[in-house]
Amino acid sequence: MEFFSFTDPNVRMVTLGSMLLGASAALVGCFTFLRQRALVGDAIAHAVLPGVCIAFLVSGDKNPWVLLIGAVIAGWVSLIAMDFITNRSKLKTDTAIGAVLSVFFGFGILLLTAIQHSGAANQAGLDKFLFGKAASMNQQDIITFSSVACFLLLLIFAFFKAFKLVSFDPDFARVIGLPVRVLEFLLSTITVLAVATGIQAVGVVLMAALLITPAAAARFWTERIQVMMLLATFFGIASGFFGSYVSYVAPSMPTGPWIVMLLSAIALISILLAPRRGLLARTRLQRNNARKMRTENILKTFYALGESTTNWQQGFTTLALQEKRAFQPAKLKRGISHLRRKGLIERNKEGLFQLTPSGFTESQRVVRLHRLWELYLSERMNMAADHVHNTAEAIEHILTPEVEQALLEELGHPIQDPHQSIIPYQSKRK
Amino acid sequence: MEAFCFILTGSFVALSCGLLGVFLILRKMAMVGDAISHAVLPGIVLAYLVSESRDTIPMLLGAAAVGVLTTLLIEWLYSKARLQMDASIGITFTWLFAIGIILISLYTGQVDLDQDCVLYGEIAYVPLDLWILPNGKMLGPGPVWITGGGFLLILGLVIFGFRGFEITTFNPEYAAAIGISTVFWHYLLMSAVSITTVISFESVGAILVVAFLIVPPATAYLLTDKLQHMLWLTALFGVLSAFFGYYLAVAIDGSIAGAMSVVAGIFLTLALLLSPKGGVLRKQKIPSRTVG
Repeated sequence: MEFFSFTDPNVRMVTLGSMLLGASAALVGCFTFLRQRALVGDAIAHAVLPGVCIAFLVSGDKNPWVLLIGAVIAGWVSLIAMDFITNRSKLKTDTAIGAVLSVFFGFGILLLTAIQHSGAANQAGLDKFLFGKAASMNQQDIITFSSVACFLLLLIFAFFKAFKLVSFDPDFARVIGLPVRVLEFLLSTITVLAVATGIQAVGVVLMAALLITPAAAARFWTERIQVMMLLATFFGIASGFFGSYVSYVAPSMPTGPWIVMLLSAIALISILLAPRRGLLARTRLQRNNARKMRTENILKTFYALGESTTNWQQGFTTLALQEKRAFQPAKLKRGISHLRRKGLIERNKEGLFQLTPSGFTESQRVVRLHRLWELYLSERMNMAADHVHNTAEAIEHILTPEVEQALLEELGHPIQDPHQSIIPYQSKRK
Repeated sequence: MEAFCFILTGSFVALSCGLLGVFLILRKMAMVGDAISHAVLPGIVLAYLVSESRDTIPMLLGAAAVGVLTTLLIEWLYSKARLQMDASIGITFTWLFAIGIILISLYTGQVDLDQDCVLYGEIAYVPLDLWILPNGKMLGPGPVWITGGGFLLILGLVIFGFRGFEITTFNPEYAAAIGISTVFWHYLLMSAVSITTVISFESVGAILVVAFLIVPPATAYLLTDKLQHMLWLTALFGVLSAFFGYYLAVAIDGSIAGAMSVVAGIFLTLALLLSPKGGVLRKQKIPSRTVG
């Protein structure tokens, strides 16, 4: 609880710094995500390590600006290496990413261990770059990384429209005369910068999560990039806050993994529960659609059974329905009880199922759509009459009243479909 | 003797990883291999905690299971949750790896692992970790036996499964048509990658496994188009990387595994620049065409 009072100025600094790092990484990550370069971000994060070590070896100092410059240069070199391999050899993108990632990281580990073994003064703490440790940041670190994060935010605000266009449709951007190469260079630079600062919080190994997971989670909630970026930023801030809290209550814990745990939990919740794009929402929609099709098919079968005697006021057994159309027994049963709940089917005195008046109207509607569509295909599309049934079978469940009206007008309220069956209109039951 | 132990262990790791890596990069699944190598970490830690020992068999079974689980999770995110592939991979492995690191931090003392070891292994301890039978007979360094056994396992798999891997890699439709299950070979490969990761884990750490999985096969791929040549070349580059890597590490007193991956990277760079087919520094010969 001491943590939340923020009386300790150091706690205040660290928390603010982590939140800013989380926010800027998440914001930049939205572009990385949209350009489908998540794993490139991962590779850059790993590749930054040798840069940090070389900067330390050259300067003999842990000045954050110097380390940052080393990190940015190494990040850039890794980007160039990946592009070079992909464009100039037969190796595929994923191989290029994996090779650059592991070789750069191995080089970084080699340098890091050599520095540690050399016993150089003040080298302790370089290994914090591996898993991140928000609490070990000193004031100078926080000022440096926070100013970079602010610079990133400004850059994104200034070039938002252009970045958006380049991320979604670089070809179109080129056609309307945007300097695409410059913009892509800028986007890569801000990715490298965000990675180089973000590893302070989560470390090189898990940096990909800070970059990508907020954006991926946000994507499930919205179709609009502005909203997506706001949400991702919020997730990033929350994770930065959470990370510095963990650093405070459990100093022996590495911060990065806990930040990633929170972000993954957010992502999982978003994947499952987000409205419309979420898994549950989509499953429910699919189930509803499937049920709609099933019940409409049952109604249609009732109509067809009645049509042979032009008497729709008789009851049928489920067996009779199954003989007419191959329903799965369990699904037929569920469909009928659903229709009975909706009052479209009732059980008559003999215990047989029959259409209610509103059920009859509804069955007429489905059959009408089916036959109108068949007629439309054969008359206007010149399709053979024996080829139109299957598409009509699918589209009858989808056509809206507006389309129905348009079809009626287009075909002049026809009486018969291509198979010479009567097209039913709203009328009293015979 | 010490140097021989290091190089032998490194070579065994490089050979097992490389043989599988060839199929990974040909199937464009290099980054899935990367993800699996990260994701087996929680499996390893849990196996330690549950069995309270380093029993090899439960560990390997656990690893194979986690590897398949990782693949399933990535595929679930991609096809069911409709997330793009790169993000599916990124989210899956960072999450599992984070769980592993947290478990290690929670059970320090109970688990004979630390965070640095996870990253670059402890190949330097190989000669110290002697394997002594209950009757007092010395068998030499344990890791050499373990990685050697792993190598034989993978070698057997690749030899006996060669046809299956080959056909499901290059011609999955044809394989399916003649009744070979691509799914079976897919998950067999994923399990083998996880097992190799676990076997190599103590020696080179979770991340440098990736260097051995991807870099020597990539180098070989630049030099040849034939699968068998590619496997042999991969083996050659793997062993050479282990050999020169060891001496590089000694020269600058750094991580042996790190140095081995740097040497592997140097070979890749040379192949990129000088390969007879499409090397960047060589003028590409355009085959002269005759009409008719």
